[in-house]
Parts: sequence; C-alpha cells; structure tokens
Amino acid sequence: MFEYVWLIPLFPLIGVVINGLFGKKIKNETVIGGIAAGAVFGSFLVACGILFQLLSLPGEERHFEKTIFTWISSGNFKADIGFLIDPLSCLMLMVVTGIGFLIHLYSIGYMHGEEGFYRYFTYLNLFTFSMLLLVSGNNMLLMFVGWEGVGLCSYLLIGYYFHKKSAGDAGKKAFVMNRIGDFGFLLGLFTLYWYLGGTHNVWTINFRELASHADLIVPGAITTTVALCFFLGATGKSAQIPLYTWLPDAMEGPTPVSALIHAATMVTAGVYMIARMNFIYIKSPTALLVIACVGAATALFAATIGTAQNDIKRVLAYSTVSQLGYMFLAMGVGAFGAGVFHLMTHAFFKACLFLGSGSVIHAMHHALHHEHSDADPQDMRNMGALKAKMPVTFATFLLATIAIAGIPGFAGFFSKDEILWQAFSNPHHGSANMLLWGAGAVAAGLTAFYMFRLVFMTFFGKTRLSDKAFHHLHESPWVITVPLVCLAFLSVVGGWIGVPKVLGEVLGGMPNYFEHYLEPVFAYSTNYMLHGGHGAEHAHSIAMEWGLMGVSVLIACGGIALAWALYIVAPGFPEKFVSTFPVLHRAVYNKWYIDEIYDFAFVNPCKACGNFLWKGFDVVVVDGIVNGVASVVRGISGLLRHLQTGMVHNYAFSMALGVVVIVGVYLFR
Amino acid sequence: MLAIDNYLILSAIMFAIGTVGVLTKRNAIVIFMCIELMLNAVNLTFIAFSRYLGNLDGQVFVFFVMTVAAAEAAVGLALMIALYKNRESIDVEDVNLMKL
Amino acid sequence: MSQLPLLSILTFTPLIGAILLLFVNKNSHGVLRTIAMAVTVVTFVLSLPLVMGYNAAGTDIGGFQFMEKVPWIAAGPFQMNYHLGVDGISLWLVMLTTFIMPIAILSTYTAVEEKVKEYMICLLLLEVGMIGTFVAIDLFLFYIYWEVMLIPMYFMIGIWGGKNRIYAAVKFFIYTMVGSLLMLVALIVLYFKAGGGDFSILRFWDLQLDPATQIWMFLAFALAFAIKVPMFPLHTWLPDAHTEAPTAGSVILAAVMLKCGTYGYVRFAMPLFPDASAQFTPLIATLSVIGIVYASLVAMVQQDVKKLVAYSSVAHLGFVMLGVYALNTQGVTGGMLQMLNHGVSTGALFLIVGFIYERRHTRQISDFGGLAKQMPIFATIFMIVTFSSIGLPGTNGFVGEFLVLMGAFESSLRWYAIIATTGVILSAVYMLWMFQRVMFGELNNPKNQVLKDLNAREIAIMLPLIFLIFFMGVYPRPFIDSMAPSIERLIKQSKGKQQVAALAAPVVAAPEGAAAPALPEGHVAVPALPEGHVAVPAAAPALPEGHVAVPASHESK
Repeated sequence: MFEYVWLIPLFPLIGVVINGLFGKKIKNETVIGGIAAGAVFGSFLVACGILFQLLSLPGEERHFEKTIFTWISSGNFKADIGFLIDPLSCLMLMVVTGIGFLIHLYSIGYMHGEEGFYRYFTYLNLFTFSMLLLVSGNNMLLMFVGWEGVGLCSYLLIGYYFHKKSAGDAGKKAFVMNRIGDFGFLLGLFTLYWYLGGTHNVWTINFRELASHADLIVPGAITTTVALCFFLGATGKSAQIPLYTWLPDAMEGPTPVSALIHAATMVTAGVYMIARMNFIYIKSPTALLVIACVGAATALFAATIGTAQNDIKRVLAYSTVSQLGYMFLAMGVGAFGAGVFHLMTHAFFKACLFLGSGSVIHAMHHALHHEHSDADPQDMRNMGALKAKMPVTFATFLLATIAIAGIPGFAGFFSKDEILWQAFSNPHHGSANMLLWGAGAVAAGLTAFYMFRLVFMTFFGKTRLSDKAFHHLHESPWVITVPLVCLAFLSVVGGWIGVPKVLGEVLGGMPNYFEHYLEPVFAYSTNYMLHGGHGAEHAHSIAMEWGLMGVSVLIACGGIALAWALYIVAPGFPEKFVSTFPVLHRAVYNKWYIDEIYDFAFVNPCKACGNFLWKGFDVVVVDGIVNGVASVVRGISGLLRHLQTGMVHNYAFSMALGVVVIVGVYLFR
Repeated sequence: MLAIDNYLILSAIMFAIGTVGVLTKRNAIVIFMCIELMLNAVNLTFIAFSRYLGNLDGQVFVFFVMTVAAAEAAVGLALMIALYKNRESIDVEDVNLMKL
Repeated sequence: MSQLPLLSILTFTPLIGAILLLFVNKNSHGVLRTIAMAVTVVTFVLSLPLVMGYNAAGTDIGGFQFMEKVPWIAAGPFQMNYHLGVDGISLWLVMLTTFIMPIAILSTYTAVEEKVKEYMICLLLLEVGMIGTFVAIDLFLFYIYWEVMLIPMYFMIGIWGGKNRIYAAVKFFIYTMVGSLLMLVALIVLYFKAGGGDFSILRFWDLQLDPATQIWMFLAFALAFAIKVPMFPLHTWLPDAHTEAPTAGSVILAAVMLKCGTYGYVRFAMPLFPDASAQFTPLIATLSVIGIVYASLVAMVQQDVKKLVAYSSVAHLGFVMLGVYALNTQGVTGGMLQMLNHGVSTGALFLIVGFIYERRHTRQISDFGGLAKQMPIFATIFMIVTFSSIGLPGTNGFVGEFLVLMGAFESSLRWYAIIATTGVILSAVYMLWMFQRVMFGELNNPKNQVLKDLNAREIAIMLPLIFLIFFMGVYPRPFIDSMAPSIERLIKQSKGKQQVAALAAPVVAAPEGAAAPALPEGHVAVPALPEGHVAVPAAAPALPEGHVAVPASHESK
C-alpha cells in the first residue's frame, strides 16, 4: 500500500482539474459535489490502507519514502517531489482526509444553490491537495509548497464571497499575514541548510536525512535562530501572537471552510511542522521557552476576547486561536505527542462545533429570509431556544462543547489535561512552569465559560426571533447532520486512545495507545532529554497529577457554572456588568484594539512610505535630476540659438570675420 | 613680365570687393555676381602661382573652380527664378523663413 | 547537428518578414497581421532545433554551440567578425524572445488599428535586434544589435503610445543611449587593451586586465546594463516607458529587453572584469535590495495598473541581480530562471492589463472593481498570473526566487538576502491589493457591467503562458540542467581570475580608509565605497564558508 501514497494527493488534484475546467458546464450540483467528495474519500481509503500497513510493522520500521521525481536540483541543492510515511504523517493524512471528507459531504448540503458551486469545490479540493502535500512531503521545500498552497486556498475561500469588500480584505489579510510567517519559514530553511552544509557538509532538506544527522545540530545561537524562524512561520499559519489577527477575520468565508481550514487542518500545520522538526527544537531551550510563552499567552489572550463576542463564528474563531495556543504550549514544553494529540481531538470537536454553527446559521438564514429581515443570522443576540427546533444540531453541538470544555471522559479532557500536566511537570522551564500551567488553567476556565455562554445564548432561554421567523426554523438535511453526528461521536470517544498513565492504571492497565504510536517520531527527542538533556525529570508524585487534574476539572466546571448563572439564571447581569465596566468591555469587545494598533504601527507607515518614495523620491529627486539636466541643456541651447538669426548675411559676415581673425592671428603671432 | 606681386594684389582687391559685395548687397543676383568675382579672384591667384612655380596643378584646379562656378550659376539662377516666382522679389532680406 | 547556419537564419527570418511587409498594401491589415504572425511563428519553430540540438554535456562544457564565424569588416587594424553562438545562458533567452514574439503580435490584432504596417515592421525589426543581441559573440556585432533594438522600440513608444508618449520615448532613448555610448567607449578601450585582433568575447575573457583599468571599464559597462535592467536609481524611465508603450511594446520591453541588461552583466561585465565586479558587489547587491524593497513599496501605492506592474518589474529584476551577484550555483541559476520567469509572468501581466485597457480605455485601479463576476475566465487567468508573479510554489516564480534567495543566503550576501526576503511579503501585498481592487468587490460601475469576457483569441494568447507558468514551476529541470554547465563556467570565470589577481595585487585601488585586505572573504569584503551608505555585511559568526571558497590556485581555463 505504501507504494501508492502518491494517490492520496493525486485524487483531489484530479478533482480540481475536473471541477475547475468543466465544473461550469457540468452544472449538476450532485455530480460536482460527488466528484469532489469522492476524490477525498478515495484518498481517505488509501490513507486507511497505509495506516493498517503501518500498524502491522514493528515500531522502528514504521517509515517509508517514495520519491516521484527530482523537482529542483542546482549545485548541491536538491529537492524531490517525494512522500514520507511515518506515524505522524499518517495520522495527519487520516485527519485531513477523514475530516476533509465529512466536510466535503456537509458542503454539498450547505452550499446548495450558491452561485459558483463548482468554484467552491475546486478550491476545496485544491486545499485538500495542498494540505496533503504539506503533511506528506518528504522535504522542507515540498512542505513549503503545501504550506503556501493552503495559504492560497485559504485566501481563495475566505474571499469566496468576493463581492463583499470585507471578504476580500479578510482574504488578503490572511494571505499577507501568512506570508510574513513564510518569510520566517524561508529564513529558517536557508539558515538550517547553510548551517548543516557549511559546518558539516550535510547539504539536505530531507526530513529523514536531517533527523539522521540530528546530532550535528548542537545547541547554540544558530539553532535557536533556526527554531525561532520556523516558529515565526508557525505563528503565521497557526494564528499565534503576533500574527493571529487574520483568523477571526477569516470567518468571512463559508462556514464549512472555517471548519476545515480554520479549525481542523490548515491552522494546525504550524503544530505539525514543529512536531516534524522536534529534533531541532529540543536542542534550543530558548526557542522552547518562547514557544511555550507565546502559546500560553495566545491561549489566554484569545480566550478573553472570546468571552465578549456576539458573532457565533467569531467566538469559535477565538476559541480556535486559544486552542492552538494550547498546542503550542505543549510543543514549547517538549510534549510533542500531547500537542499532536490535542491537534487531533481539537480537529474533531472544533470541526463539529463549526459545522454545528453552520447548521444554525443555515437555519437562521432561511428563517430570516422568509421574513425579509436583514438581521444578522450569525449574531447570537438574535438566537435562543433553538434546541427544540434543531435537536440533532443541538445534541452534537453540546457534546462537542463538553469535549472542548474538558469534562472528563470526553476527547478534549484527555488531551488538554495531558498538556497542562506536561506544562507543570516538564524539565525545561524551571520556575516558569507554574506560570505556564496557571495560564493554561485559566484559559481552560475561560474556554468553558465562553463555550457554554455560546450554547446557552443559542440553544437555551427564550427565542429573540419573531414568532413567524421562529416558526420557519427547521433542522438541516441529512448531508449536514450525518457529518455532525460522526464528528460528535469522535469528540466523545476520540480521547480514549490516549488515556494518561495514571488514569489508565485505574482503568485496569489501559495503555496510552496514542503516545506509543507516535513514539518512533519523537524517539530522538525523548532520548536526548533522558540522556544528554537537562538532567533527570523532576520527580512528581502521582498524587500531584491527580490533584492538578482535579483542579483543572473544577476550573472547567466553574466556568460552566458561571456561564449558567449569567446567561440562564440571571440573564440581565451581563448588561449590568457591561455598564459598570464600559472601558473594559469595549476593549475586550474590540479585541483589545490589536487590529487598529497594527494599522497604526505597520500598515499606514508602509503606505505613507510608499507614497513618499514614489512622489517624493522617484518623481522629485530622480526624475527631478533627469529633467533638471534636460532643462539645463534646453536653457543653454535656448541662449545659443539666438546666434542662428537665419540671415545669410550674418553668417557670411561671421565667416569673413573669422577668416580675418585667423589670418590675423597667423600673421601677427 | 610683371612680377607676381601685381597679380596677387589685383586678386586680393577683387576678392575683397567680392566679399564686401556679398556682405552688404541685398539683391541676390548682385550677391551672386560678387561670389563669381571672388571665385575668379581665386582663379587668378591659382594661375599666377602656377605660372610662377612652373607647376600645372594650379591650372587644373582652375578648371574645377570654373566647373563648380558654372554649376553654381545654373542652380543658383534656377533657385532665384523659383524664389522670384514665389515672392516677386529676390531681395535676400525677404527670405527670412528661418529667422527667429 | 546540422550544418545549417541556424542562428543566422533565426536572426534574419524576421528581417526578411519585415522586407516582405514593405510590399504589402498598407490598408490590408489582415494580410499584414497574418504575415507578421506567420513570420514570428516560423522563427519560433526554427528556434526549437536549438533546444533539441543544444548539448549541455558536450565536449566543450558550457561553451558556445551552433557557432558561425565569417570575417566581416577588416579595416586596417580593426577586424570585426560576424561571429554567432549560443550557450546555456543565451539559449533560453533566445527561446524566450522567439516565444514571446508571436504572442505579442497576436495581442495587437485589435489593439493597433493605425499604421499597422509600420507597427509590424517595427516589431519584426525589434526581434532581429533582440535575437542578435543574445547570439552575438563578437562584441562589435553585439553593440550593433544592442542599438538596433533601441530604435524600433523608440518608435513604438513614440508613435503608438499613450498621451505622454513623446516624453516617455525620449526619456527611454536618452537613458539607454547614455549608457550605450559609455559602453562603446569602454569597448574600444578594451579592444586596444587586447592589442588589436578581433572583437570576440572568447578572446576578451582570457585577458588579464590590471584592476585600475577594470574599474573604469566595469563602471562603463555596468552603467549601460544597469540602465537597461533597470537598477535603482536608474529605473525611472521604466514606469514611464511601460505606461505609455502599447501593449505589445510593454510585453516585449518587460519580457525580453530588460533581460538584455542582466544578460550583459552575466556575459560581459562580470567575466570580463572579475576584480572590479567583485569590488562593486556590495554596491550592486545594495542597489538590488533597495530596488526590491523600494519598488515594492512604490508599487503598493500606484493607482495605475500598468505602472504598478512596471514597478514590480524593477523589484523582480532586483532579485535577478542579487542572485547573479551571489556568484554561486544556486544564485546564478535562480537569477537566470528568474529572468525567464519574469519574462513569462510579467509579459502575461502586461497582456492582461492590455485586455482590460482595450475594453475600458483606462488603467486606473479605481475605475474597476468586481470584474471577477463579469469576467470569470479573465479572473482565473489573472489570478494564476498574479500568483506566479508573487512567486507561489508550483508556479514558475517560486523556483527562481527561492534559488536566488538561497544562493544569496549561502554566499557572503547573507544580510542582503534577509532584507530581500521581505520582498516575498511586499509582493503579496501590492499584487493582491491590486487584484482585490480590480477584480473583487461590488460591480457597481455601469461601464464595467457590460464588459465581455475574454474571446478565443485572447485565451489562445494566454494559454501558452499559463502552461509555461505551471511547467516551469513543477518541472524546471530541463531549464536548470541545460544552463548548469554554462553557469559553472561563468562562476569559474568571474571568480577564478579574481582570486588569482587578488594574490597578485592584494590592494585593489583601495579607496580612503577602511582598507581591510586580509579578510577571509577577500573577494567581497570591500572597503566602504563612496556611495557606501549601506553597511557591508558582517561576517557570519564562526562559520567557514567552505563551499563558497574556490581553491585560490584555480586558474580560469
């Protein structure tokens, strides 16, 4: 099965070609959607085959490379079009194709009747293709191809409703922010290549070759530079401070896009990249600390903004930013496995949440449309009491919300708790561990609060729609609800493959399958930590782990309780709170004015600079000199031309005079 | 036989008269005649020197000059006729299209 | 291969076409266009055997092939030969020229309705000049073609241009002419330094010139080429020329003529005067990097689409120059590829601007908006070309840009490379912003609501370009492989001699102060130049540049 890995990205590419070239002529939505979803399903099947083959091998043999052809080869530089299969890439392939398929299926229902239906599916398949390239490429450059490719598709899909200025702006913002990250990625790549080549004559960008030479990467300034440059790339793609602002705006795209790209897959590319290059990061404690701090800060910061948003998708967007912060926190504390685990569980529940919100918006849109109301179908202040009308959506949404809030037994609990525990107990950051854990725990509480706030405002209480509109609300069709159910199921049970050790022992020796599965990928880092790293791991008692687990669960429950108290029991309280602290609320509601600060600090100066260089330098200085020279010449010739009277007499006279002068000089010299 | 000085002085006087005529006269035909005078002054010099030096080259040049003068006369007179047809005047002061 | 004088045939086919056009009635536009089109297509077909017959791994590695040499003018001590040949570097530029020409002519079918005959003759003569410039080995012949190229373009801008065409044409002409004349002087000096004989570049390459002479001659050559490239701050003729030129003129100007400048560096300025070239590397790298950032910033605030694309050209050619001056395999290869890429994608961009200009007779960004709805095919093509220009992986732009940056990063131009990499961000900003304002948003201008999508001819114009955009992005190997030997030779020439010379004369006309002759990176670490307002790159911490340093004893040839 390994030999056929190239089929995985090929299927969606075929979908792109068919729908892109002929989609407009096909017109039939079922055919177009069928081709697109079928292509991804094909990839999913191949990925399953590869997974089973991989699992049938012993741990240390679980890797395979397939090179198709050499892409660029110049001097000592060589980049292949080739694929790498190992547990990490295989996991990502499963997540991308699996969730991707469900979202393609969902999109057929959600995008029904939209103008440019074929365009949407072309982009979606192109995205899947790029993402698969990103996670399965065997070298950094091919990863970068996917990396930029998903950025392109993100741009295209955010700007799908291109007639809206906000959509175009958001797409552009996303692309440019990603490009800033790509700048870092490229610099990291150059530095690493030059570092290994220049000092050890190892000229390679192939992941496995790099990993096999990991010993050559020694801790130091250059390693830290490489690590931080790549991390800059990750902050762009995965929406971390300081480049996170594009993600909330990206909600301008259709909701399934938000689910696929801006929750489940693309935004986790940064996490994947760091996990892939763990052998570099483990060598740089500074970079790890930076990542951990950025991750924790993003988790906390985005969570605060999430509490004050009224747009259902924006809440989820900030929640995504915050959850991605958790993953980076995990990376930063060296818990690569835990980060990837959270990546997977987050993909389940966040995709479910987004699709659920899409279902709600879909229904709201129709209801409001019936009434010719131009109220915002995404504003939670227009919703309420939807649970009766949309039982399936409600049930799945609630399950996913419980999962994200970290209630024991659900997927989010296992992964989030693992991260928090690692943040507390890791051997890297010493006394900063408490802070990291604290930030993570507070963010967990906020997460529980704003997610349940969302659920209560949307599904509970009294409806804020008119009776007529409320009457028109109805549950979505099966193509929408089936993916919801699948994802909700995964959000409930998905965590059980990665049960932490302490819990596993209680449950009768249940092993942590997930950690075991990823072991070969992170083996180098684990060994490095055990032998050459920062000394032995601190001894932490099991009681401590239980205790922290209890605390985090309590915090989550506290958040839920607070949301219940504020939005169910005393629904008037939030308004009172807002009027008591108007400044605070306005700051949070306006996202701490980060966009405005960026505009002020970067965007406007850039424009002003461009204008100055153009009108000041180009036109005045350079052209001024050029035109100045020209006008001096013209001025002189203007004076000289008065000598040209046009009178033959004068010419003849000057000739004669000249002759006399020359002869005179000659005679009387 | 006269000394060469006499020929040269005559030639210089003729050339000077011609030059002054070209510079001061306005009638194109007169100017033209003055130019002829200058050319012939030069011819006289050529012949005088030729004779004086016993070298025939000078006389050969005279033929060249006469040919040029003839051609010039033909072209020049044709121009003047054309000019007169256009302007009803052959005063060079009237032909000032190139003047500022 | 064949014994046919392929290069001569290639050069003069367009000339024959131009003569043929003289005998056609000037009012039968259809016939004129068809003949011109047929001639350029034939030229393109004739150029295909070059690619097939070019043997990259031949006996004379990286040397010239398809050579032709006929004694031409023998005047006293002067001996000019009609001497042609291509190597891996010029091969692709010739191909680019023959490839772009039919496209450019096809694009004029509806754009030019006046003086069609003269226009077509100009285009064909231009092709003669461009092909000749790339295939000439004799420097004198090169100079003639270099000037031949100038005249038709001057007329094309001056006669068929926009409102401000005379200003632009004169500016273009004078700028180029100033450089050319300096080059002519240097060429004659070079000739006498070589002690007479012929003007063959092959002979000049082997000269050992003393560094002080090299500097002056390099400056003369470099200035001529820098104007053509154009490098900051000599670029201001370009936006004017582009804005005023008719579409085909802009396409050819961008796609081919600018390459003559960078080609001049690669073929003449660098291998002929390696020491001087090395000494000026920091200056040229600085100007390239300024060009990239500066042009990107200026492009960002342009209101005229064509001007924006023109400024983007300046930025792209900054990348080319940076790569070429990195003087290692990746850098030069990237620079060469970027030349081809820029030809394809910027050529395509100018065609696209031409399409909307023909429809709306305006190029102001603010006059457009929402065209994507009205013109979906156009939107798709525009988008592909835009992303190619931005350098998205999978399109041609990426491969060249990446190799340039990687090459520069590995060489001593590391800090320049880092600044140049910001161009990656800026290009996305200005191109996408323009694209968004033209194509996205509400379609609320009534004039835009009746626009027609591309017709079959226009699609046919764009398809070959789109194909190349993807082909060169996904499978650039054929290009890279056939260039590689010639590039290696170039690097050896431009570096080998300079190290030999550096041993012989360690202090190369050192300007005042800051003399640091004993730096390990002797060939680049140059004392502050008079214009050196930008810091010379700091030596990287504790990393030997083993791969860059060529053994000092390496003698050229």
